[in-house]
Amino acid sequence: MEELQRIANPFGDDKAMDACGLFGAMHLKGETFSGRDIIIAMANMCDRGNGLGGGYAAYGIYPDYAELYAFHLMFEHRRAKEATEAFLEEHFRIAEQGEIPHRPVPGVTDPPLLWRYFAEPRPGTAAPDDFVVERVMDINTRIDGAFVFSSGKNMGVFKGVGHCHDIGNFFCLEDYEGYLWTAHSRFPTNTQGWWGGAHPFCILDWTVVHNGEISSYGINRRFLEMHGYYCTMQTDTEVVAYAVDLLVRRHHLPVELAAKVMAAPLWTQIERMEPEEKKLYTVLRQAYASLLMNGPFTIIVANRDEMIGLGDRVRLRPLVAGVKGDTLYLSSEEAAIRLIEPGLERAWIPKGGEPIIGRLADARVSGQGAALLDQAQGQ
Amino acid sequence: MKSYVLPEFWVDRDDYRCIRCGVCVNQCSYDTHYYDPEDDVVRAREERCTGCQRCAVFCPTNALTIRTHPYEYRPNANWRKENIRDLNRQADTGGVVLTGMGNDKPLRIYWDHLVLNASQVTNPSIDPLREPMELDTFLGAKPDQVDVTCGRVQGSLPPQIHLSTPIMFSAMSYGAVSYQAQLSMMRAAGEYGTLANTGEGGWRRELRVYGASTIVQVASGRFGVDRSYLNEAAMVEIKIGQGAKPGIGGHLPGEKVTPPVAETRMIPVGTDALSPAPQHDIYSIEDLSMLIYALKEATHYEKPVAVKISAVHNAAAIASGIVRAGADVVVLDGIRGGTGAAPKIIRDNVGIPIELALAAVDQRLREEGIRSRASVVVAGGFRNSGDVIKAIALGADAVYIGTPALVAIGCTVCQKCYTGKCPWGITAADPRLGKRINPDIATQRLVNLLRGWSFEIKEMLGGMGINAIESLRGNRLHLRGVGLAEWELEVLGVKGAGR
Repeated sequence: MEELQRIANPFGDDKAMDACGLFGAMHLKGETFSGRDIIIAMANMCDRGNGLGGGYAAYGIYPDYAELYAFHLMFEHRRAKEATEAFLEEHFRIAEQGEIPHRPVPGVTDPPLLWRYFAEPRPGTAAPDDFVVERVMDINTRIDGAFVFSSGKNMGVFKGVGHCHDIGNFFCLEDYEGYLWTAHSRFPTNTQGWWGGAHPFCILDWTVVHNGEISSYGINRRFLEMHGYYCTMQTDTEVVAYAVDLLVRRHHLPVELAAKVMAAPLWTQIERMEPEEKKLYTVLRQAYASLLMNGPFTIIVANRDEMIGLGDRVRLRPLVAGVKGDTLYLSSEEAAIRLIEPGLERAWIPKGGEPIIGRLADARVSGQGAALLDQAQGQ
Repeated sequence: MKSYVLPEFWVDRDDYRCIRCGVCVNQCSYDTHYYDPEDDVVRAREERCTGCQRCAVFCPTNALTIRTHPYEYRPNANWRKENIRDLNRQADTGGVVLTGMGNDKPLRIYWDHLVLNASQVTNPSIDPLREPMELDTFLGAKPDQVDVTCGRVQGSLPPQIHLSTPIMFSAMSYGAVSYQAQLSMMRAAGEYGTLANTGEGGWRRELRVYGASTIVQVASGRFGVDRSYLNEAAMVEIKIGQGAKPGIGGHLPGEKVTPPVAETRMIPVGTDALSPAPQHDIYSIEDLSMLIYALKEATHYEKPVAVKISAVHNAAAIASGIVRAGADVVVLDGIRGGTGAAPKIIRDNVGIPIELALAAVDQRLREEGIRSRASVVVAGGFRNSGDVIKAIALGADAVYIGTPALVAIGCTVCQKCYTGKCPWGITAADPRLGKRINPDIATQRLVNLLRGWSFEIKEMLGGMGINAIESLRGNRLHLRGVGLAEWELEVLGVKGAGR
């Protein structure tokens, strides 16, 4: 897709702003469930979007191809498809391909061509993850009319222009079984609808859905540029995605600390910490000052092992967490969770800047309120 | 020889109000006013008046109005009063015309062409009176990456200096300013949690109790520099240049080198303290690196080392070299930067505006990927908190203020600092004049200045929906230009308003 910025930000604003509804659900032991409930939850928060974008990330949906990169792509025309397929053939061994199933839904009009490919890099490719990232950037920036929705293993992103629940129905998400779902409905203030511009944003198996406007965007972007990330679409969400990639994948910070960089504790809080902890947070704030995300935001970041909910440090955008059995829910509104899980054991509003993390590995929720959760789970 | 210089100011004394109390006579250190007992009247020698307004402020009956002298030459756009006056002064003496304070010419003030953003609807503004608002700033080199293993930071950062507000007091040496003025700035800096700079005039022993809030300067004269001078301060600054006089050294006229000044600078009484134009051990960038590391060795790598340059044409490339040479802080002083004494021709004609230099340096350091390796501090021409916050948005970590601090304790920017006769006691060499500053009151006024500006910065930050200063630093999307040409917007890295 050439000139992403022209499409994603046609008026050349500083950044494309969104207000939104978010939802996430994760079974901490990896049991899969249908996307039906997620669509219902998003329908309940329909008013948080304005019909200009909705999308889902689903993990665990392609167990038969779990070892292959699943590429979800959109093409604006046949030429884009042909060019992309030639490009993929050149760099990858494609095991399986086909159109992403969808059905006509009122309210979802004029979809692009939607295809998926299960592929692996040609044998002998060193650092396949980096290779995939680079090829995805190639397709997005060089092939006119093509855009990669997602590129992780055993997961996929489904998104488009329309209300979120309509998009879910359009993609027949009730037919998929996943253990981790995130969803997003969009209320853009300055972009025209473009299928690629809907959330989630994805690179490898990292996805981000985001509600907010990041006032620090200008410096976050300039800092990331120093580290080789170029924000082509000028959306807030893009800087969040790159910041997570830089901190977690390249600088090997635990996700909890990456969250504490983006939503840093106040200096007055750091002052009261124990010496070792105080040193840690002081150094993080000093070194990564330019990655502090200021202004209102809530994000749900996910990868194959984790789902992380995080709000800005003064909690200017909503986030509710809830637990039932082994399932962790994150949502903009509590009602959406209760609608699909009336027997919710516990729901709480995390403090600003406190990440809520659901982990597959230890089947646990960590973060603020987690101790109470353990209690709840024990009962 | 009869001087052809006409008085600059007109002393308008309302004889009906004047009570012959003699306050003006005593207050004017230039002997402008005198009492004529024969006629029982107070008269003025107007050619001596500097327009400092000391007499007008202290006149108990408001009998005095000091105005620009209304004399007129034939109107001429080229030969203005100032040109004729300077030329006449030069013909009188054959010397270099000296002046004090910053450039007073109508160069474009870019701060006045930059406007700030505020949140509306999509983003809530934040009320700093009710919610946290952080101005904490750390000066020093930052690593590109933090290594955290098992929840612990490995290694430690280079030395960092905490500022509770991104505003520091500029380098003003003892000798250029009075003891009381310097004492007040150091006390105020300590009280408010920021730093004051000694300048290059040494550091009085009794002022070293304020070491934690003091920057010591190492300039080409090396006045007063020894091991304890370096080690008792919070930070060391190598002064290469000063915005008011790029390319030349410091000038402290002999009239101001009194016994205590001489002792502090370690020079003979009454001699001109002329710092060499360059540092004679720095003829190239690698020499600078050697001095930086010599100072780091001398201070056991416990203190950040700053390098201050005047903002000149290729400041960006020079700053890059300074960072690569190992400086923890780069200080840029723009063409409107102040001075206690400088050749007027240099002050008025050499250097570039700080706004453009700052924008170019910040951008260059980012393009080279080394912006984190040093903090950037800017100086030269700040008048209010609006200028400061715009500098932060352009990319500065902190600013130095000189003139605003002096104005807070009485200065009226009369530009006669080099005479050593400052009637306000600020740049006075005469200890009796220095005593006109009550350090308790001056400290309070300076703290009030820092407090007031900090409040205003917090209000503006909150308006932008930002609650930590670092989220504005270098965040030029919060700036827009008004009335600027395309090339100026490009250098500043900001869009025009409405875009």
